[in-house]
Amino acid sequence: MYRMRRWVVRHSRAFEMIYRRFEPVLVKLAPVWRRLGHDRVEAPMRIVEKAAKGALFDCQMCGQCILSATGMSCPMNCPKTLRNGPCGGVRANGHCEVKPDMMCVWVDAWEGSRRMKQDDHIHAVQLPVDHRLKGSSSWLRVVRQQDGTSSSTANRETTR
Amino acid sequence: MKFDDEPVPGYSLPILPGHVSPGRLERVLRAGKFAITSEIDPPDSADPAEVLKRAAIFDGYVDAINATDGSGANCHMSSAGVCSLLTRVGYATIMQISCRDRNRIAIQGEILGGAAMGACNLLCLTGDGVQAGDHPQAKPVFDLDSMSLLQIARNMRDAHRFESGRRIETPPRIFLGAAENPFVPPLDWRPHRLAKKVAAGAQFIQTQYCFDIERLRDFMLKVNDLGLLEGPDRVFILPGIGPLASARSARWIRENVPGVHIPDAVINRLEGAENQKEEGKRLCMDLLHAIREIPGVSGAHIMAYRQEHSVAEIIETTGVLEGRVPWYPGRDDPKALNPESPGALPLT
Repeated sequence: MYRMRRWVVRHSRAFEMIYRRFEPVLVKLAPVWRRLGHDRVEAPMRIVEKAAKGALFDCQMCGQCILSATGMSCPMNCPKTLRNGPCGGVRANGHCEVKPDMMCVWVDAWEGSRRMKQDDHIHAVQLPVDHRLKGSSSWLRVVRQQDGTSSSTANRETTR
Repeated sequence: MKFDDEPVPGYSLPILPGHVSPGRLERVLRAGKFAITSEIDPPDSADPAEVLKRAAIFDGYVDAINATDGSGANCHMSSAGVCSLLTRVGYATIMQISCRDRNRIAIQGEILGGAAMGACNLLCLTGDGVQAGDHPQAKPVFDLDSMSLLQIARNMRDAHRFESGRRIETPPRIFLGAAENPFVPPLDWRPHRLAKKVAAGAQFIQTQYCFDIERLRDFMLKVNDLGLLEGPDRVFILPGIGPLASARSARWIRENVPGVHIPDAVINRLEGAENQKEEGKRLCMDLLHAIREIPGVSGAHIMAYRQEHSVAEIIETTGVLEGRVPWYPGRDDPKALNPESPGALPLT
């Protein structure tokens, strides 16, 4: 798992391209999701998302994915769940303060981000995590946001 | 109402145009003076006299005193508690809040409480992991990170809103600080991380211990290139320094304290000295001189853990205050002296 997620970061540019193609497809299918009902789609979508992103990124299903702003390195794997950059405790070899065997998620994120086309997204200040969304599908949330129809929780970020 | 035997309470200064807080630290920094901050080692005790005694050591030498919040994930008297005692006699404090131990509900309450006591400088920290401290079995919280904490605190002050959007009747008037460590990886990201903190609301920065002037110089150049040291929204940077007790303790710190980078040259210098403790102090003075010369540096944060007495000597010898005597209880009115300071008159 760990080796996979580091491999992904090394190929962040390719994954960025894949995501750029994948997202519009999901959004285009919005009417389908709507007809089926977001509540009914949620469970299978969550399973697929968890399997795919879990295998690739060690995804923790926070429900508010920001991988495209973190060089494809999932910040929820940081023991302090930092979503805005590394802490001050990173070891001289770039490893984590809390888990000495693990490379700092943000050292990887910075490198991954350098390889990406939209390498400036890492500079955006991220909002605090909404813990109500934990375990939900962030793909469906993106669809709802882009589609304009939204539940109150999913819309929280865009309205602020 | 006020009782006759009540200690002289602290008071807030009028807020000057372009300032955000009623505190002395912001005034000193915006006036372009070289500011000195230091930190108190909070007691493992519920004795208020202990706190006042530890603060009195810095009288006349520092512009504000950091009240650490479980630093190194060790249990001590709380930052809010220390601040309430210090502001009561008029000290300028820097209240530290770490995201490790509290969620956003507790943190926002603490900010309001602190501001009400006159603790108008707030240092927003992520905090060390619990594994580093004396309670590794504790549950780490990390509901926020330092960046979102800054943003929330700024919105409390400027938009008069809690994170939920609910209105705050009287907002906290606080000068917002954050920490940065220019000395650990990813080095080229560190100036950008600082920019992010400034974007989130940071107005002053205290750094981790600096023992590598070259790295600091490089960091400051890049920070300047990012345009962070100019204009009304500029950031004030106070690099952290401190005396090392010996080569052995320097090695111990390097290996055991997260995020402290000590070059071999420093350890060699200590090892070669006859009196290592004196050499540690001299090294600290040299660093202070060097830091003062770096363009864009606004002051220094002296962390003299278990060597608090040497802060006065370091500042006196280096003369960085240029004759300025920072305010302390009793400076202008001896009757208002910190009751635990050595110069205090016996209470009759």
